[in-house]
Amino acid sequence: MSLINEQTRGMYTLFKKEILRFWRVAFQTIASPVLTALMYLLIFSHVLAGRVQVYDDVPYTAFLIPGLIMMSLLQNAFANTSSSLVQSKVMGNIIFVLLTPLTYLQFYMAFVSASVVRGLAVGLSIYLVAIWFVDLPIAHVGWVLAFAVLGGALLGTFGIIAGIWADRFDQMAAFQNFVIMPLTFLSGVFYSIHSLPPIWQTVSKFNPFFYMIDGFRYGFFGKGDISPWISLGVVTSFLVILVLLSLKMLKSGYKIRG
Amino acid sequence: MTVPAIQVEGVEKHFGGLQALKGLDLTVEQGEFFGLLGPNGAGKSTLINILAGLLRPTAGVAKVMGHDVVDAYQAARMALGVVPQELVFDPFFNVREMLRFQAGYFGRGKENDAWVDEIIESLGLTDKAHTNMRRLSGGMKRRALIAQALAHKPPVIVLDEPTAGVDVELRQLMWAFIRRLNEEGHTIILTTHYLEEAEELCSRVAMMKQGEIVALDTTANLLNKFAAKNLRMTLGDQALPSSLQAMLKQHEGNTYTLALTDMHQVEQVLSELRKANVAVEDMQITEADLEDVFLSLVGGA
Repeated sequence: MSLINEQTRGMYTLFKKEILRFWRVAFQTIASPVLTALMYLLIFSHVLAGRVQVYDDVPYTAFLIPGLIMMSLLQNAFANTSSSLVQSKVMGNIIFVLLTPLTYLQFYMAFVSASVVRGLAVGLSIYLVAIWFVDLPIAHVGWVLAFAVLGGALLGTFGIIAGIWADRFDQMAAFQNFVIMPLTFLSGVFYSIHSLPPIWQTVSKFNPFFYMIDGFRYGFFGKGDISPWISLGVVTSFLVILVLLSLKMLKSGYKIRG
Repeated sequence: MTVPAIQVEGVEKHFGGLQALKGLDLTVEQGEFFGLLGPNGAGKSTLINILAGLLRPTAGVAKVMGHDVVDAYQAARMALGVVPQELVFDPFFNVREMLRFQAGYFGRGKENDAWVDEIIESLGLTDKAHTNMRRLSGGMKRRALIAQALAHKPPVIVLDEPTAGVDVELRQLMWAFIRRLNEEGHTIILTTHYLEEAEELCSRVAMMKQGEIVALDTTANLLNKFAAKNLRMTLGDQALPSSLQAMLKQHEGNTYTLALTDMHQVEQVLSELRKANVAVEDMQITEADLEDVFLSLVGGA
């Protein structure tokens, strides 16, 4: 525990608080997305199994699960930072953090780490429930973990940007419904982009969510729509851009310090 | 020589075209109980928010215990505890959790828990320590806010209108506690609308108006300097003689209040009245209070 000293305790405390914040309402923040994902799994596998075959040796139900895990992981990582920020801005209790000596970098690290933990908790829960019903081996655990953590961090960071920008709950809801939802649904969670018409294949390649999901899925089956290295490159580049943007916002105090 | 608790030099704050602070200078020494008075919009909260790092000054320098609030913000914030004006709270946690988190943000660990318990007890929050912040009454939330500002044991404590909407009992308890903190060496800076409060508690007072300090002195000096005493008289049917009009401060029916700068004037007033043949039905001499000072400096007059 020597990692926790005077310098890092502030950040660690904020991280712990952000974890407890969602854990206190785990029914809503963990159980509910897990249930939703399992509903998708139940319905889509029932309707589409036998009709859609993406990879020759992978049943559709198995194909679907990594996509659903990643989709839920990403959405929840985003929800954690964004809802915490908007809520504390609307309630005014963000002041308790702003009054402290925490640096903007510590603030960022604490918030994003907690959002990655929530994303991983949701993703792991879906995995643990799903493997009771579906045979789902993992080909490359390293790729699975890499994309899970990077994807969680990317969406957690995106959530910080959205949370700082939005002044009200409805603005955040609009952001979630008009940006996050379309990007996740149109990213190949339920299908391979090779099954799409060429134009939509091209459009999909501009969607960063596609790379997160394809790379994650590669970790399970050892195959994907594109090379995992390309996905890793794209996801990392997006992450770097969003990190720089969010740190710039936090450093300048945009919308949170006058 | 000790560093001042608060040092403000030429601080300006502009919001677009509005100049909320117009080059403020202010020094508060360690151990003072200092009052910051002024009407809404005078710039009190702006000043406090600059000290707390919630706002950045457009120009000038502000320091807390010698640490610049911009360049050395970490050290400055370590030294400062702020009780915000709004009743804000985090709905996810109970009182004790919130206080431990708050101390934790400042790098304090388990060694600080005894202090947290002490604050909880002193503010009468013991019964509520495990109650969710959401379920606390307004008064209890106010206590919790004070407790949060103290969680990291800051040497300088700023209270931004802490008694707005607080009942008498809680006000007494709060002041007893804050007085004790002051006696133990904490510097207290208080903004308030309640002038009696400032008069009773603060050894020195700054009065602000439209982003400027219009008076800055010990409470006693301010009271002496401006309208030290009031002479309240109820006269017969006649009006106040014109020779006394200059001293007139307030007039209601046939009750006149004159401002006295020293007691010798009483005699002068009486002789003027006698000369004009005015009968005095009642007469009272009252001490001026900060409200008089405040009104003469800040008010419409």
